[in-house]
Amino acid sequence: MTDGAAQRAVLAVWRIEQPRLLAGLARMLRDVPLAEELVQEALVAALETWPSAGAPQNPGAWLMTTARRRALDHLRRDKMLARKHAALARTLEVEEQAMPDLDSRLDDDIGDERLRLIFTACHPILPREARAALTLRMICGLTTEEIARAFLQTEGAVGQRITRAKRTLSESGLEYETPRGEELARRMGSVLDVVYLIFNEGYAATRGDDWMRPQLMHEGLRLGRILTAIAPEEPEVHGLLALMELNASRAAARAGPDGTPILLPDQNRDLWDWAQIRRGLVALGRAQALGGEDGFHALQAAIVACHARARRPEDTDWGRIANLYAVLARGWPSPVIELNRAIAVGFAEGPAAGLAVLDTVAEAPALQRYHLLPSVRGDLLLRLGRKAEARAEFLRGAALAGNAQERAFLSRRAADCG
Amino acid sequence: MRYMFIVRSGHQGPPTPELMEAMGELAAEEIRAGRMIDQGGLLPMPMGAEISLKGDKVSVLDGPFVESKEIIGGYAIFDFPAKEEAIASAVRFMELHRQHMPGWEGVCEMRPMAMQGVETEACASMPAPVA
Repeated sequence: MTDGAAQRAVLAVWRIEQPRLLAGLARMLRDVPLAEELVQEALVAALETWPSAGAPQNPGAWLMTTARRRALDHLRRDKMLARKHAALARTLEVEEQAMPDLDSRLDDDIGDERLRLIFTACHPILPREARAALTLRMICGLTTEEIARAFLQTEGAVGQRITRAKRTLSESGLEYETPRGEELARRMGSVLDVVYLIFNEGYAATRGDDWMRPQLMHEGLRLGRILTAIAPEEPEVHGLLALMELNASRAAARAGPDGTPILLPDQNRDLWDWAQIRRGLVALGRAQALGGEDGFHALQAAIVACHARARRPEDTDWGRIANLYAVLARGWPSPVIELNRAIAVGFAEGPAAGLAVLDTVAEAPALQRYHLLPSVRGDLLLRLGRKAEARAEFLRGAALAGNAQERAFLSRRAADCG
Repeated sequence: MRYMFIVRSGHQGPPTPELMEAMGELAAEEIRAGRMIDQGGLLPMPMGAEISLKGDKVSVLDGPFVESKEIIGGYAIFDFPAKEEAIASAVRFMELHRQHMPGWEGVCEMRPMAMQGVETEACASMPAPVA
């Protein structure tokens, strides 16, 4: 085995064990940043030892023993030993002597522990990007280097962000508990937001040669599944998983071989992942059965589901989509949602009706630099036969478009107007 | 990337209760880690059937079977970022057999599942609902 292959093998074993290690240590120490540090140190120790000495037969126990020894060292070294730490150190020492099979009892309540960890990583006192980085590191077991590559940032910048976030958590003295009641809903909102941010970083990747970006989509889905396993009573958790599964199901059809975007009506629906669509629809059904029909993510998932259910573009239930956007806009007023509603109304009731909806938000400041406003307007105008106006809108959209593929696409549409 | 684990063994009879419990715990843990998508144990071969195509003829063999051959005892579908993780996970799974069912021998076949383009090509962005 080459050095690189040996390292990858160690990292893989560590990543398989990492959720259990972190959950166990966090529960013992009640200190997430320290637990996270120790789990990383155990990885470093494994990387130093295993390639030459060979991997132990029970790598999980080896990693846990190593991490716990370091926890003891750390607590002994720490001159500021709080009473809690002293007591903890004694408990750890007793256990160390009494129980050679250190990790066997850690399996209980690991679901609860993971939920607490996710709430900690996604704590609102942290900046949004820091929450995403910390979640990827603590819950998904990604290394700093992998996170940096995924977000197209330098390893140093991401490392610093993680260090700062952990310091903030340490210094905040916040209670390491699963929130309850109203606080739970608020904090869950932050968790869902972070998971969707991670997913979208992958789903909306525009630079096609970076293999790590599909991985973010994949990590987002995995986080969604973790949440449905450990917080199954929360409807929005299922709503978000549904939204991610349904969007991800179109991944293979959304771009041509050269990376050109392919719009929904033009996509080859045979390339959609129908098994994934089925999973998405099941998750949506769960969200609705739990009373979460009007949740932010469940509503968006219901909209995407209208597309997913249509085998052919002409089967799309645009009337239902328009209604769902109306419900969404009532709960979360936004000109972008109105813009999307205008598209749906344009298909359900005709381009004139769509244009009427669009005109109500045409002056919204948030849309003035948004290329989709002229793009959608151009499409509606073209369908009304107003070619010259449509052409002008497409050109305006092309000038505003941020990425080359979309710019080229809108320029082509302008040219097609004759 | 999705991986399917297929467990084959010539061993007869059900797993020991200890192994069943250990595998149950592992499955629960893997589900909560978001890695296991699906899994199932398969009932003994005589309860199934073999439908084969040979020499332009489809035939159904509905038991009795020769029991001595290796049979598939179960499967699981996982989601891992890379092959190394899949191997590490399968090693852990087999380790449970070593610990909890002495004498058992078998093979866990680990196979990446074919998926349309998702893993090899990044996806272009178009905001909902147009793409």
